[in-house]
Amino acid sequence: MRLVNVRPDRTVRLMLGLLPFVLLVMAYVIGSAARLAENPNDKLLPALSTLAQTINTLAFVPDARTGNYILWTDTLASLTRLAWGLGISTASALVIGLVTGILPVARAALAPVVTFVSMVPPLALLPILFIVLGLGEVSKIALIVIGVTPIMARDLALAAAALPREQIVKAETLSASSWLIACRVVLPQILPRLIDSLRLQLGPAFLFLIAAEAISADAGLGYRIFLVRRYLAMDVIFPYVAWITLLSVLIDIGLSTLRRRLFPWSEMAR
Amino acid sequence: MSGIEIRNLWKEYGDQIVLENISLTIAPRAFVALVGPSGCGKTTFLRMILGQESATRGEILLDGKPLPKEPGPDRGVVYQRYSVFPHMTVLGNVMAGPEMRTARILGRRFGAARRAIADEARAMLAEVGLAGSEDKYPAQLSGGMQQRLALAQALMMKPRVLLLDEPFGALDPGIRADIHALMRRLWNEIEMTVIMVTHDLREAFTLSTRIIAFERRRDRPEEQARYGATIAQDILIWPPRVAGRRTMYEIDLHSLRDDPTTMGQFAGTTRPTGDGHAQTYSALG
Repeated sequence: MRLVNVRPDRTVRLMLGLLPFVLLVMAYVIGSAARLAENPNDKLLPALSTLAQTINTLAFVPDARTGNYILWTDTLASLTRLAWGLGISTASALVIGLVTGILPVARAALAPVVTFVSMVPPLALLPILFIVLGLGEVSKIALIVIGVTPIMARDLALAAAALPREQIVKAETLSASSWLIACRVVLPQILPRLIDSLRLQLGPAFLFLIAAEAISADAGLGYRIFLVRRYLAMDVIFPYVAWITLLSVLIDIGLSTLRRRLFPWSEMAR
Repeated sequence: MSGIEIRNLWKEYGDQIVLENISLTIAPRAFVALVGPSGCGKTTFLRMILGQESATRGEILLDGKPLPKEPGPDRGVVYQRYSVFPHMTVLGNVMAGPEMRTARILGRRFGAARRAIADEARAMLAEVGLAGSEDKYPAQLSGGMQQRLALAQALMMKPRVLLLDEPFGALDPGIRADIHALMRRLWNEIEMTVIMVTHDLREAFTLSTRIIAFERRRDRPEEQARYGATIAQDILIWPPRVAGRRTMYEIDLHSLRDDPTTMGQFAGTTRPTGDGHAQTYSALG
């Protein structure tokens, strides 16, 4: 039988999917053991037991100085910034995208500036944001908003403009005004795209968040990683990176499920 | 009554002349079929009546008054595709028109007003043979069912003119025959003028009262841009079909055949199943 026709069943698929992860962990364990055998004080690849111990300290033992549980304080701080940033971005992208997508007048006025702004490298604006908005929360949230909004807005404008013209005309023959076309025909049909767009922007949003936290913060996942970098504390950095990844994956799955629940028709139309 | 008068209508796209000096009077309650080769401007003509495109010169009068510049509820439309809203259920699609007409801010009604519209919509769905599919989404319907839905949705607005842009072109022959019967019944029962673009001459002769063929009189390559299509044939079907009256056409009499629920085992299949069909098949074999 040709290889192109070999279809793994459920169990095999699951095992094949897990295989790379298992190999990764094994490679780490072997590498770590080899380095530690040579030098017991090696910090680059700490043993799994050391990692477990550090995670335990970070997550379940209150910090001696502040009395906080470091991992949870950092997570809360970062997710709050992320939620504010993505919330503002999503809302403004939806309005800009909807308006530019359906109103030719608004497209003429807004499309060039949105395209221009989306080309500005957001990280290059970070110093300006720190100078203008100060080192507090606002500048970090602003960085996420500036980095994510234009791209989401363009994506939604494209989705709105891609709706068949026939649907808009049909709505007109059903006596819809521009407003009703926007809120009953176009908006509901770009909401699934909005969620997908948000999922895709999750990565960049985390990038901007960590970059901002690395420079100035007193708590946060990115702040912690860059803080302990000075001590080569790989036993903290590895779990943090894994934790950030896990959070992203969970948010992604959550949004995807939300989309399927809220918009069952969007799956069928494909 | 919804008579349409077209006076010296021209349509040009830049240098390209598409339609040339079209003048036409369409009687109220006529069923006009527009036929012609691809690219002869029959869809453009339909879109101008719809208000989706504007005329370069000339005017279109509906009941003696110039048409509004944009589509409106007096003219319904069914396209070959994209005629229904994929994000609304079947019932939602049919309710959309009356809801948007009466609720100008939210586009939705609630309570008793909503129930009244829903009842009306259910009756309309039953009329086109979609009873029982109210809660499905259009993607769950077959092509023929989707076009029935599009018809129901358009008819809820009680349009004076119904415009059909190759509405049944993508359907299987069996399904198409059923929906033709439905279309004929709706045209007989509802007070409206129908204008249909079609590629299918047989369909044109089966349904319409009048057939208008567009054609480019001059079609040499160097002439194509400067000469548009005109009306090449204007055929009144004889003996005449009149909306709401019995005709002598055998094909017009099977009024129940469009309702899938009365068709028993014939629904959805063109296979021989024992009586008339089987005879046809054996005669052919």
